[in-house]
Amino acid sequence: MSYDAWILLTGSLVGLTCGVTGALLVLRKMSMLADAISHTVLLGIVGAFFVTQSLNGLPMLIGAAIVGVLTAFFVQMLDSSGVQSDAAIGVVFTSLFALGVVLISFVGDSVHLDVEHALMGEIAFIPWDTLTVQGMNLGPKAVWMLGFVFLINVLFITLFYKEIKLTTFDPQFAALLGIPVMFIHYLLMGMISLSTVASFDSVGAILVVAMLIVPGATAYLLTDRFLILLILSGLIGILSAVTGFAFAVLFNVSIAGSMACATGLYFILAFIFSPKHGILMKQIRKYRLSSEQS
Amino acid sequence: MFDLLSNANTQWVLIGSIMLGFASGVIGSFVLLKKQSLISDAMAHATLPGVGLMYIIFEYKSIPLFLIGATITALLATYSIQLIIKHSRIKTDAAIGSVLSVFFALGIVFLTYISKNTSGNRSGLDDFIFGQAASLVASDVRMITIGSAILIILSALFFKEFKITIFDPLYAMGLGLPVRFLNLVLLGLVVGIVVIGIQMVGVVLIAALLITPPLSARYWTDKLGRMTILSGVFGAVSGVAGTVISTIGEGLPTGPIIVLCASIIFLFSLLFGSKKGFIPKVVSTHEL
Amino acid sequence: MNALSVQNLTVTYDKTPVLQKVGFEIPKGSLTGIIGPNGAGKSTLIKAILQLIPRISGDIQVYGKPYHRQRRLIGYVPQRSEVDWDFPTSALDVVLMGRYGHIGLIKRPGKKEIQIAKEALRKVGMEEYQDRQISQLSGGQQQRVFLARALAQDAQIYFMDEPFVGVDAATEKAIIQLMQEWKEEGKTVLVVHHDLQTVEDYFDHVLLLNKSPVGCGPTQKVFTMENLKQTYGGSLKFLGENSVVLQERV
Repeated sequence: MSYDAWILLTGSLVGLTCGVTGALLVLRKMSMLADAISHTVLLGIVGAFFVTQSLNGLPMLIGAAIVGVLTAFFVQMLDSSGVQSDAAIGVVFTSLFALGVVLISFVGDSVHLDVEHALMGEIAFIPWDTLTVQGMNLGPKAVWMLGFVFLINVLFITLFYKEIKLTTFDPQFAALLGIPVMFIHYLLMGMISLSTVASFDSVGAILVVAMLIVPGATAYLLTDRFLILLILSGLIGILSAVTGFAFAVLFNVSIAGSMACATGLYFILAFIFSPKHGILMKQIRKYRLSSEQS
Repeated sequence: MFDLLSNANTQWVLIGSIMLGFASGVIGSFVLLKKQSLISDAMAHATLPGVGLMYIIFEYKSIPLFLIGATITALLATYSIQLIIKHSRIKTDAAIGSVLSVFFALGIVFLTYISKNTSGNRSGLDDFIFGQAASLVASDVRMITIGSAILIILSALFFKEFKITIFDPLYAMGLGLPVRFLNLVLLGLVVGIVVIGIQMVGVVLIAALLITPPLSARYWTDKLGRMTILSGVFGAVSGVAGTVISTIGEGLPTGPIIVLCASIIFLFSLLFGSKKGFIPKVVSTHEL
Repeated sequence: MNALSVQNLTVTYDKTPVLQKVGFEIPKGSLTGIIGPNGAGKSTLIKAILQLIPRISGDIQVYGKPYHRQRRLIGYVPQRSEVDWDFPTSALDVVLMGRYGHIGLIKRPGKKEIQIAKEALRKVGMEEYQDRQISQLSGGQQQRVFLARALAQDAQIYFMDEPFVGVDAATEKAIIQLMQEWKEEGKTVLVVHHDLQTVEDYFDHVLLLNKSPVGCGPTQKVFTMENLKQTYGGSLKFLGENSVVLQERV
């Protein structure tokens, strides 16, 4: 596969993984928790580096998952102690993120881990960092990691489909039926953390937020079916990656940045033109209604 | 170390950081009570494309121009959030998250465009992301100090009006207060503090200065007046401590250090705060 | 045997007591209205019994056994405002959720479950709307979807939180009919209610509540002017003609 094709595949996998998982958080009105976790995983990655002294995939995944779930836990704790939830999110993620950034500046230049990388990712280098097993080149590591995380996410969503749905729609009723609401909550937080860290290398900590939230919000404007919403969100993620890549090549700008901007483009399109919930259709319906009445 | 601190430029930077911290603590108190902490975060992220765009258009570095650009895109982001919430089924959290991330991404795209496609280099622009006190020149610091002073004075002037409009906007309207105008003033204060603060603290973390100090102050008092002052003091302490530490430790980014100082104050307040702190609470429940 | 027995139930909100040492018993097969002024803790009482909010103390027995062992026997109709009706799902899907407790973790609802859900929708007169997105239902229709969900739970004791608020006449009728049916089947129903005029028509038992129970028992015995005065205190004067009706009866 060519260099460009690998980048496209990586971007699409980021869009797909984040799109599907992030849509669940949009529905739970926890988008800003996704924002928080995608910042704080940086601390998990730096932490994993300090423990193992290398930038290996697996310790990074574990470190990020731990810090991600911890973020959710701290927010929950402050929330239940009476701090309003937006401020709770704000104070937790800025603290942990700041800690991560400060720790990075102690890492030194010899290691491929710096602040800019953490923010924007380096998708352009992905195709060269390949996985080799017994001399066989199996393609970029990032692709394998993203594929693996995507499968895990799909597995969990399939297994706990009805529990995720009910705890999202009506958590009180779910608790009444004896469904482990908190377990599902932290399971989702774990999935978000994994998706974030797998995408981290390619698009960076902050741009992954766009991939998590915007496709889900866009799909929310387009459909009224839960399952279709998840699938649509993943597809919009892929579409954004492809569009963003083309744009980045055309104007010679950051690939990850363009991909994130493309999610915004599709959101605006849905916001205006969505047949069900777009403002244009709403206006037309209003106009028809008033002309019928007169 | 003392040589460094007796340096005239450093002294100015310290004064600037105290004023900035105090102003953000004061304004943050209103933002917190208005439940707009995360909207201020979106505003902060949204200043980046404004800075980049100004450089692309005018092709030279001018702090006043950058700040005008930052103001425009920050306001545009705020307006977009309101537009999305008002005209679609998207909830507040997703609207904020979407606007924040897309605007920031746009900023990143502009910065890469500048470094690859224009003759200038973008060094100096990158400092806007995490802030760098060491790179501030005298005129920047003077602007930060004077700007913060103006914002503090405005907050003091409108204190009782803010109090009533935030607590009970309908009642305030009934009293004949210009609630819409006051909301605009508050919005102006937030944009103001974000814009003058990004050079020192950076767009990614400036919101922490609006969120963390007032939240810490809340653990010590139930009175808005005291909370505002205390929050300002916490902000000022974080600002000056962060600046000193980052100046001494070469290359440490200023913004994250300032935020960490604020976080430490928060942690202390969370545990020991006289009104709602964890330990006083446990003690008082035992006495019951 | 009592269907529900509550002892020494205390709930506080930030040190302010909302419910204080509440104790009462509800006989099996009764239709009980929970009555009290705003802020008396009616909804809080239901939520505390169902362990949806934390409590300071309290012992709750359902059909003679501790609450947590009797979860299967509980049906619940929350206030409509407690969920987000923009959620992307259909009416039938919401009713199916009532079966999740029976299906168990991970497993999917089968044909039998879908049949039960459809039957429940039919009973509340909503079968034509089964595929309708829930935001496109009227307030009354949404309430009936919640009723159908409780019905699908196939419980022995039902808790309803203000089911009559903001519903149309058809829905009101459906609710009353369903309550009667449950009663005839020997099931127990508790309803948070605030319309004093209809109390005597709807319920054979009442629980008068203002932070702690003022009276609990058969409507004829407990629903008296004197008890109401004690429950509502000074605010009773706002009851208007209600009090006249009551006084005539007393």
